[in-house]
Amino acid sequence: MKIGSAGTFESNDCLITVKKHKKIKIDIKSIVIEQFGEQIEQVIRATLKELKIENIYVACNDKGALDYTIKARLLTAIKRMGE
Amino acid sequence: MRRSLLFIPANSPAMLQNADVFAADAVIFDLEDAVALSEKDAALDLLDQFLNKFKLNSIEKIVRINQLDSPFSLLDLKLIADERIDTIMLPKATSGNTLSLAKKLDRIEKQKHMTKTIKILPIIESAKSVIEVSMIASSQRVNGLLLGGEDLATDLEVERTEAGHEIFLSRAMLILASKANKIDAIDTPYTDIKNEDGLKKDTKFSKGLGMNARVCIHPNQIDAINEIFSPNKNEIEHAKKIINAYQDSLKTGKGAFSVDGKMIDKPIIERAQKVIEKAEQWNLL
Amino acid sequence: MKNSLNRIIPNDMKAYKGMNQIFKQKNRKLVAETLTKNEKKQVDSLRILFDLIPITDGMTLSFHHHLRNGDGIINMVLNEIKTRNLKNMTLAPSAIFPINEPMVDLIKNKNITQIFTNYMNGPVAQAIGDGYLEKPVIMDTHGGRARAIESGELIIDVAFIGVPCADINGNGNGLEGKSACGTLGYAIADMKYAKHKVVITDYITTNIKPIEIESKYIDYIIKVDAIGESEGIVSGTTKPTKDPVQLKIAKDTIKLIEQLGYIEQEMSFQTGAGGTSLAVAQMLKDRMIENKIKGSFASGGITAYLVDMHEYGLFKRLYDVQCFDHEAIASLRRNANHYSMSASKYANPYEKSPVVNDLDIVILGATEIDSDFNVNVTTDSNGLIIGGSGGHSDTAFGAKLTIITTNLIKSRTSIVKDHVTTITTPGETVDCLVTERGIAINPKRTDLIKKLANSKLNIVTIDQLLTIAHDLIGIPKKIELNQKIIGLIRYRDGSIVDSIYQLRGDQK
Repeated sequence: MKIGSAGTFESNDCLITVKKHKKIKIDIKSIVIEQFGEQIEQVIRATLKELKIENIYVACNDKGALDYTIKARLLTAIKRMGE
Repeated sequence: MRRSLLFIPANSPAMLQNADVFAADAVIFDLEDAVALSEKDAALDLLDQFLNKFKLNSIEKIVRINQLDSPFSLLDLKLIADERIDTIMLPKATSGNTLSLAKKLDRIEKQKHMTKTIKILPIIESAKSVIEVSMIASSQRVNGLLLGGEDLATDLEVERTEAGHEIFLSRAMLILASKANKIDAIDTPYTDIKNEDGLKKDTKFSKGLGMNARVCIHPNQIDAINEIFSPNKNEIEHAKKIINAYQDSLKTGKGAFSVDGKMIDKPIIERAQKVIEKAEQWNLL
Repeated sequence: MKNSLNRIIPNDMKAYKGMNQIFKQKNRKLVAETLTKNEKKQVDSLRILFDLIPITDGMTLSFHHHLRNGDGIINMVLNEIKTRNLKNMTLAPSAIFPINEPMVDLIKNKNITQIFTNYMNGPVAQAIGDGYLEKPVIMDTHGGRARAIESGELIIDVAFIGVPCADINGNGNGLEGKSACGTLGYAIADMKYAKHKVVITDYITTNIKPIEIESKYIDYIIKVDAIGESEGIVSGTTKPTKDPVQLKIAKDTIKLIEQLGYIEQEMSFQTGAGGTSLAVAQMLKDRMIENKIKGSFASGGITAYLVDMHEYGLFKRLYDVQCFDHEAIASLRRNANHYSMSASKYANPYEKSPVVNDLDIVILGATEIDSDFNVNVTTDSNGLIIGGSGGHSDTAFGAKLTIITTNLIKSRTSIVKDHVTTITTPGETVDCLVTERGIAINPKRTDLIKKLANSKLNIVTIDQLLTIAHDLIGIPKKIELNQKIIGLIRYRDGSIVDSIYQLRGDQK
């Protein structure tokens, strides 16, 4: 099963790993999970909606990435996962 | 006109986010040498999303795309060349690929219905480009030339040295070509980041040759570079004096006039006006 | 009830009433000093000492923290308490560090049920945050601790004073010996007013000069193999930051001080030991040399950088309450104008002329700061205790210019908040905030705002900084704290500024 992964564990970045799944499943680990956990999930869901993707597993390991970084890493991971 | 340009690796969120914290006149988002081959895609996506979110209005936004003959440059331009940026920095510039880039930008600006005209900052970093520097400098959209000393030294098959003899002629030719075309002459980075004295010495030297700006590879270099390429307090005061005296002379109809015992003629007045222009642009008044 | 900062505090506590109210009433309250009657003071072991005094349930034991994370004294005493299973002890160490991890068990088993301290982090802070300490921990300032002890509000039964070099009568200082730590300023109030005073040393010698711990107060002396671990005592040499963002903050801080006109002859200055603080000190040195400025004194925790400025002639005197590195200790030994000062002389609001009141400029940090300029240096945003005032509130009060330097944003966390989790230092005593994205001046300081009218510095309001932060990171979800109070922030005058709440169980 092809896995796509992008990002790093550096401060202000996140590592996003994706793979095909029967529906949308999102797991988030974050150093600011309380303050921004919901926000991070929202960004991921909105991006998946934009791309019309409904069957994907997304794991996000976050070190304080801002929304634009989360979106970018997700986009790259999905491209790397391929069809 | 720029004094300092800060390189920012496009794949580093932490550094991108601090782009506007420092006092550089321009930031160069680097998709080329600062990004490993395996991460070119990630860097481009990150920069694209970053530019959507951050406007950075008071700073010139430059993007160093990948070499034009690489598989990446096309995608770089497709995603990034639009209203969000000001300038494309072209690595390994030649007269041929500078022209090619200008044409590509013509097409892109039309396709994207852009109101802005994207400028080009070619990097002169091979023997061939030094020879062609005059043609490159007069090309469309080009508003400055950057010397790429490290790659140039490699092309010349010499070592880079502190004294810089090996790049002396290249610096001088770049300066001549820039000044002839009234564009920025931007010096190669000073790579010894810990050596502030060395940075100052070499930058003063290159200023003396005619360079008017330098790229910074670390934010800690910005203040020194800005200071060296800015008119200092005395120069500004003196320029003000000359302008005032000039304006007085116009009112009284006196043709010739002097300031501090020196006769002032047209080139001196123009130089003084340039100083005031710079001082205004860089908020030094 | 709510105090003047709108913070909830227990009803039976004295509420902080604001700058205009504090110190209004009283004259200095001083209990009598306790002088020793002992002539033969040497005791062979802690065990014997505990029997001799005797040390019993419910007593209050105190310690200084000049040996920092290399301290061995507290753990020795904890061990004895544990062996005897003493209960309901109160501990009053001036600070608690990760090395004091053995305290956790004693807290959980109710051997220790109350703690008074000025600073703590590590496992003990976590255990207290989890609610194991029976009574709320009281966090004083350095000056406030001295006040509490000398006024009898904090009565110490036994003061354990770690002394790097001592004679058989109990005279001592911190300058010599394998555990040399420099000044012993935090121990002076304990030395004078505790009921019983015990010197613990690993180096007995004669001809103690200068005498900082005086034999007339000392009842007992115990010699041990080592009073601490020297690597932990002087935790390396802190260096000025090389981080470009923090350097920018340091540069802007110097420009600010200059534009406000505070770089002048006879200026006095204090700064912390962190990377940004030291960068400020370095840049100040260059400015003072350029402008041929001779300052009057530098104070606080002394580092090699301040020693260097003193020896260069930039500050006539150094007033030292804590040596942070070997150079500071060496300087204290050899420089006639490098003085030890007690916590009281440093920062006790009831001292006639505490050093903090003569300070022109102090540079301080923050874990959080809010739109009223209230500063938190006690807890993180989850409410976990990660520090404490130390001299923060004292210097902020006394200094003519109080500057907080900090990043605005660190990894999706804004240091500027609507309301800080815990107030350590009231905003009325804080004048300026310097961040990488702008400088905010307390609106109460109209004099400073006027001076900066034509400044090229990026002067904004603190609310604008909050907006900038939220634009960048988004608006964080508010962290709900537990309701149970497990600690109190006690201001230097004895009133309560804020409460500390128990951590939620799900917080790790």
